[in-house]
Amino acid sequence: MSIESNPHLNNPKTLEVMSRVLKANDTEAAANRACFEQMGLLAINLMSGPGSGKTTLLEATAKAADFRFGVIEGDLETERDADRLRAVGVRAYQIVTGTSCHLNAKMVQKAINPLGLDELDVLFVENVGNLVCPASHELGTHLNVVLLSTPEGDDKVLKYPVMFRKADLVLVTKVDLAEHFDFDVQKVRREVQQLRPDTPTIALSAKTGEGIEQWLAFIAQQRNGA
Amino acid sequence: MHEYSIVQALLDLVEEEAKKAGASQVERITVKVGRLSGVERELLHDAYTIFSEDHFCKGAALELIDQRVVLHCQSCQSEHTIEKLTLACPACQSESVQVIDGEELILMQLQMH
Ligand SMILES: Nc1nc2c(ncn2[C@@H]2O[C@H](COP(=O)(O)OP(=O)(O)OP(=O)(O)O)[C@@H](O)[C@H]2O)c(=O)[nH]1
Ligand SMILES: [Mg+2]
Ligand SMILES: [Zn+2]
Repeated sequence: MSIESNPHLNNPKTLEVMSRVLKANDTEAAANRACFEQMGLLAINLMSGPGSGKTTLLEATAKAADFRFGVIEGDLETERDADRLRAVGVRAYQIVTGTSCHLNAKMVQKAINPLGLDELDVLFVENVGNLVCPASHELGTHLNVVLLSTPEGDDKVLKYPVMFRKADLVLVTKVDLAEHFDFDVQKVRREVQQLRPDTPTIALSAKTGEGIEQWLAFIAQQRNGA
Repeated sequence: MHEYSIVQALLDLVEEEAKKAGASQVERITVKVGRLSGVERELLHDAYTIFSEDHFCKGAALELIDQRVVLHCQSCQSEHTIEKLTLACPACQSESVQVIDGEELILMQLQMH
């Protein structure tokens, strides 16, 4: 073996890279964003732990909304959530992630064509139910909305700071059950502000309809700003 | 357990950068892991050990730098490294603070041949 071809005898060289590890995902996310903007729609990433009420909120939104929306659904398994939305007349496409505990920008990109973005005002992406992993992956959406349901407890904001730091809006869901779980909405509001000042919190219930109007007003305001 | 997919992204990025620099072997990979990056250093290390086995990076040491959260206060213009997760200025209690470090996962440096 010659000296040149034996790497151990060469001097090591040091390269300062300084690049985000998820750079490739960031690039895909930027492409998704460009696509949403071109279609003139507002894209919203819904994130929460499993069962916090993401799909139920979208069903309730379908009944009350004065805008047209589609949904990209992410779940580890089954078409159930997309089927639930189709049943109430919402255009939906299901991504079955298999083993991935979060959506990434490429998965969303692949879902865009089969869903079709024509004649939509808003696109919701319902992320895989998980309060940790989805927070690390940008999808290219304009907004992150994080749901916390009252049965999960009012102590979750500071326990999952990475996720709540990403939130442009926090929704306390299933507020009809708040008293059964001693859930203090004001505490959540305060802790959300501690992590990210100026982030609004809306308490709502898909069951009683409380707060749905505020939720729709938030979307309307964002659409006007976008 | 998104550390697995993060390691895949890291390995791909390292390979790309190393090949671009004409290297044939990577000896050391240095990554800065912010306390608020959402990534556990231990899990990342375990995932790296498993996935680097049959990769271009095989044998390279992974050095993980623990980056605490650093705030910049817009009221008194001071900077603070904080332990406790309350985003207020320890000097003047102002809440107009910006997180200027500790939220990201950055590939800092490669040592290679
Ligand atoms: N009482 C009450 N129950 C609700 C409310 N919203 C949702 N639920 C119930 O909570 C359960 C989970 O709701 P989903 O909408 O499927 O939750 P999800 O976040 O989409 O769940 P995953 O997609 O599996 O993560 C269902 O049994 C809903 O009926 C609410 O406002 N009040
Ligand atoms: Mg769902
Ligand atoms: Zn200050």
